[in-house]
Amino acid sequence: MVTLKIDNKVVTVPEDTTILEAAKSVHIDIPTLCYLKDINEIAACRLCVVEIEGHARLVPSCDNAVAEGMVVYTNSPRVREARRVNLRLLLSQHDTQCTKCTRSGNCKLQQLTTDYNLLGEHYVKDLKKTPDDYSNPVVRITNRCVRCMRCVQICDKVQGMHIWDLIGTGSRTDVGVGNFRTLSESDCTFCGQCITHCPVGALQERDDTGRVWDALADPKKVTIVQVAPAVRAAWAEHYHLDPKFATAKRMVSCLKEMGFNYVFDTNFAADLTIMEEGSEFLERFTHRDQYRWPMFTSCCPGWMRFVKGQFPNYVQNLSSAKSPQGMFGAVAKSYFAEKIGVDPHDIFVVSVMPCTAKKSECEFPNLNDACGDPDVDVVLTTREMVRMFRGEQIDPAHMPEQEFDSPLGSSTGAAVIFGATGGVMDAALRSAYYLVTGENPPADTFTAVRGMEGWKEATFTIPGAGPVRVAVVSGLGNTRRLMNALQAGDVSYDFVEVMACPGGCAGGGGQPIHDGKELAEYRGDVLWEIDRNMAVRYSHENEDVLKLYHEYFEKPLSHRAHHLLHTDLTQWKMPTEK
Amino acid sequence: MSRLDIKMPSKAQTTVENLYKDMERRIAASPPGLCPVDMSLTFLQLSHAQTCGKCVPCRIGLGQLTKLIAQVLDGEATMETIDIIEKTARSIVNTADCAIGRDAARLVLDGLEGFRDDYEEHVQHHRCLASLQTPVPCVSLCPAGVDIPGYMALVHRGRYADAVRLIRKDNPMPVACAYICEHPCEARCRRGMIDDALNIRGVKRYAVDHSGLVPNTPNAPATGKKVAIIGGGPSGLSCAYYLARMGHSATIFEKHKKLGGMLRYGIPAYRFPREKLDGEIESILSVGIEVHTNVNVGTDITFDTLREEFDCIYIAIGAHTDKKTGIPGEDSKNVMSAVEMLGAIGDDEMPDFTGKHVAVIGGGNVAMDVTRSAIRLGAEKVTCAYRRRTADMTALPDEVLGAIAEGAEVMSLAAPVRIEADENGVARALWVQPQLIGEMDKAGRPRPNNAKMEPVRIPADIIVVAIGQGIEMAGFEQSGVPVKHGGTFVAELSGQVGNMENVFAGGDCVTGPATAIRAIAAGKVAAANIDEYLGFHHEINEDVDIPNPELNNRPPHGRIDTTEVEACQRKCNFEDIEIGLTEEGVIAETARCLRCDHFGFGIFKGGRVEKW
Repeated sequence: MVTLKIDNKVVTVPEDTTILEAAKSVHIDIPTLCYLKDINEIAACRLCVVEIEGHARLVPSCDNAVAEGMVVYTNSPRVREARRVNLRLLLSQHDTQCTKCTRSGNCKLQQLTTDYNLLGEHYVKDLKKTPDDYSNPVVRITNRCVRCMRCVQICDKVQGMHIWDLIGTGSRTDVGVGNFRTLSESDCTFCGQCITHCPVGALQERDDTGRVWDALADPKKVTIVQVAPAVRAAWAEHYHLDPKFATAKRMVSCLKEMGFNYVFDTNFAADLTIMEEGSEFLERFTHRDQYRWPMFTSCCPGWMRFVKGQFPNYVQNLSSAKSPQGMFGAVAKSYFAEKIGVDPHDIFVVSVMPCTAKKSECEFPNLNDACGDPDVDVVLTTREMVRMFRGEQIDPAHMPEQEFDSPLGSSTGAAVIFGATGGVMDAALRSAYYLVTGENPPADTFTAVRGMEGWKEATFTIPGAGPVRVAVVSGLGNTRRLMNALQAGDVSYDFVEVMACPGGCAGGGGQPIHDGKELAEYRGDVLWEIDRNMAVRYSHENEDVLKLYHEYFEKPLSHRAHHLLHTDLTQWKMPTEK
Repeated sequence: MSRLDIKMPSKAQTTVENLYKDMERRIAASPPGLCPVDMSLTFLQLSHAQTCGKCVPCRIGLGQLTKLIAQVLDGEATMETIDIIEKTARSIVNTADCAIGRDAARLVLDGLEGFRDDYEEHVQHHRCLASLQTPVPCVSLCPAGVDIPGYMALVHRGRYADAVRLIRKDNPMPVACAYICEHPCEARCRRGMIDDALNIRGVKRYAVDHSGLVPNTPNAPATGKKVAIIGGGPSGLSCAYYLARMGHSATIFEKHKKLGGMLRYGIPAYRFPREKLDGEIESILSVGIEVHTNVNVGTDITFDTLREEFDCIYIAIGAHTDKKTGIPGEDSKNVMSAVEMLGAIGDDEMPDFTGKHVAVIGGGNVAMDVTRSAIRLGAEKVTCAYRRRTADMTALPDEVLGAIAEGAEVMSLAAPVRIEADENGVARALWVQPQLIGEMDKAGRPRPNNAKMEPVRIPADIIVVAIGQGIEMAGFEQSGVPVKHGGTFVAELSGQVGNMENVFAGGDCVTGPATAIRAIAAGKVAAANIDEYLGFHHEINEDVDIPNPELNNRPPHGRIDTTEVEACQRKCNFEDIEIGLTEEGVIAETARCLRCDHFGFGIFKGGRVEKW
């Protein structure tokens, strides 16, 4: 242990603790901008500088360890001056039109500027003139970037994709896409983790709210919205509402208020996915020698882009089942269109997803099986949906609860857990067990696949089918480790769930942003709690799904199911694919 | 008003003079990998500030050039901009009145020729081809990529054995490099921006002198693969060392009596004591390497036989043949080559030069080794004749000064023209033609031309030619190993030899005579790629925990140099001439390290490669 004094408070912390963390332990907050604990401790912004007795120069507190007897001042006159100068320097290269920025009110730089009472301009404005590219699901706005390098580090250290890099040297150094590519040319998975870790508005999703407003305004369009499982755990964070109050049903009211004709639940499609994917797994498992192993889940578009870009030899291992969003779109523009007697070309399907990669998924050219139009027209992130609520001045605190519309609105506990790491596996095993044995396992049989660990393994025995070796990974860095181990033959599994974002969709790149906080676990727990409280916790017991099979698909893996609910991932290419 | 004043610099002038010196050091310490266009622009702005303002091309033209190049960097230029830059710079070169304008514009033209692709990348894609691939200057300039900040920190804490282990991760010859490395790592040391580069080699020498015997990390399990290494010099030894650690069976075939290559048969013992060399070789062989000395591949065993018997081959035969001057009388008795002379010394067969007059031809490090060895062999007078000026010698300045201090005559601007022999064909004198230094060649070295003066006779009983070495191609060329025009083997940067799939080559035999550390690095690279070729991916790492840096708060401090044994004493024997740093010296010197692995770019882009 090391004892030192910070602002005249005596602090005792373990050796190797940074000055910043030591100060935090006694509730002394040192301002930071670039700092991201364990990920980006590079002392780039120089706002966390402190004065140390006996040292001629100021010292950044985020990357320097405490020492015995150190005397630290976090707010000396020199520190105050230096912080203000450095903040003003950052502002000189920052587009300060905050009113037009989606991060206004949730921006680290804006907060610091306000905290430090920085009025007027001291420096010549120095903005870049190069144009920004708004075509991809992930958008970077150059003149908002503070070059904190968090995006570079998240992409390197957590996701292992090395998309963002520091470009050039000298005064014009900028963050950009490395290896002489543009984002469109790159193998970016569009996971959006760079967005949720950006302290300012430099990285964000492509805003597609305009297309949704247009559709809502078009009297010819029947507008349908589906909401992904993980959205319900996070949508009301902006309003500081407890998830127990801010239920999915309250969100339904808000969406109805906006004017959607039908508010459905992606959870319905998640149950459907389990029926297809679970059946597919059993088909493969009972005809082992005809398939490549392991089978991978295919509901995460970041993961789909990852496999195709990084491990193309494993594309055949992916389940052919579409993601729940994809299945929903296809069902909405076929079965449901028939049911309500509407030309599917007049149906406009909007998805609200915790995800930016879903924007790329709905643009996959072969996801048009229902009527030739894209099965899903627009994907909004959770953040965009909240922005639309705000635009309508909807106050969820005063909205009633309301049921999802029928028939694509009912779901089970097995569906809602799709939004947390391990959930798809858990749900699939519940139904696979039933499909083999004809009996339900207790719903909490497969707890070994739950939890925040990045790479989980378990073996479960299904009577009559034998032991099933499963693995669950989240985060693409963990995924690459698993894939390398698979390739090297160090591990082998039957069924693997992969989610591109750490913690699964709950921590997705389209979720609300809380600087410096990782909320995947908290939101995941909300979803597991919903599952526990559901009357029905098995996908194969979703009455409306069974009715859909009865009326339309006949049975899982039927000819029509193959046409509408399955897809061929080899029919589209990553930019890096030949 | 006085009629004349004594010139005294103003305070401003004195300050600016100091800033010039600071900038000189700063430019010298530029990190490798900077944007060349940006640097051009910056140099141009500096040049523009030097203009007196009289003439149009310099006063206005340099300013317009800076604006145009800034447009390129700001992504506001078109391809036509590059043409305008070129035309303008050409015009300034053609019309400026003095060197200030002319040479400023010439820098721009040189840049357009040397890195036009980078200009174009900026214009077309708004980005730069350059990048700081390795964030730590010393590490990026070390051919073997040794973790220098890491071992500076370890030595600072007195952890000498750990320092040796850390160095061995990338370079299995820490002792050799501690004594004789040319330390390219020091060239861009960021400490130079404050005061002077760190004495990295001196620190390493302290570490190896005080580490005691450091056992090697155990080898990976045996793979059953066999690799033949032809040549037991630094490159071959390094390759064999890493291959053995990866679990492969490595066998060295060495033509000489002993291992060590040029470390033994080129570098004199006073620079690298033999017991140190032997200790290093012993340490390398301790990982389990089979050695066959006195075997010449090509005559004793054919290259093709080796290719059949082994899974892979690494050719690292060095550059051990001598080059001839071609002057009349070169075949006289008592005319020898540096390779012959130093080779014999390497096998402890000391020629007796007692009382002799020795003339040495050449101006490189080998010429200095010969000169200083000749003094130690008892020569009465040693004269080193060199065509260009002393300043143009390729030998390290310290070597030249050391030789002069030991009593050698360095005769510069003296081109050897013939060797005079007596009736028995025994050399009696070297005749040299005085030279006048002339225009620069393309590489920036001035050409010597015959001066209008009479040739000069240097009486000499023994004449040693030290003008470079060549490579013994016999035995390899006919087996299909590709050879370049200049007389070296052709190999890729991976060490792979053209179309011969199980053959790799590296070291002096590929690069031509170069440094030990480049040969060591080539051995390391070859070992990694041979491992991959054999179907493995063994990783080399050392479990050494690097101390955290201390606070980055370091006032300017002089560099602490090693010293030498005084000349009159050292010139009488072949004992080590260098006096290493003291403990207090090494602590102060390692404290000067700025820890670029942590501060600056290092902490962001990883100042450390932990394994390869």
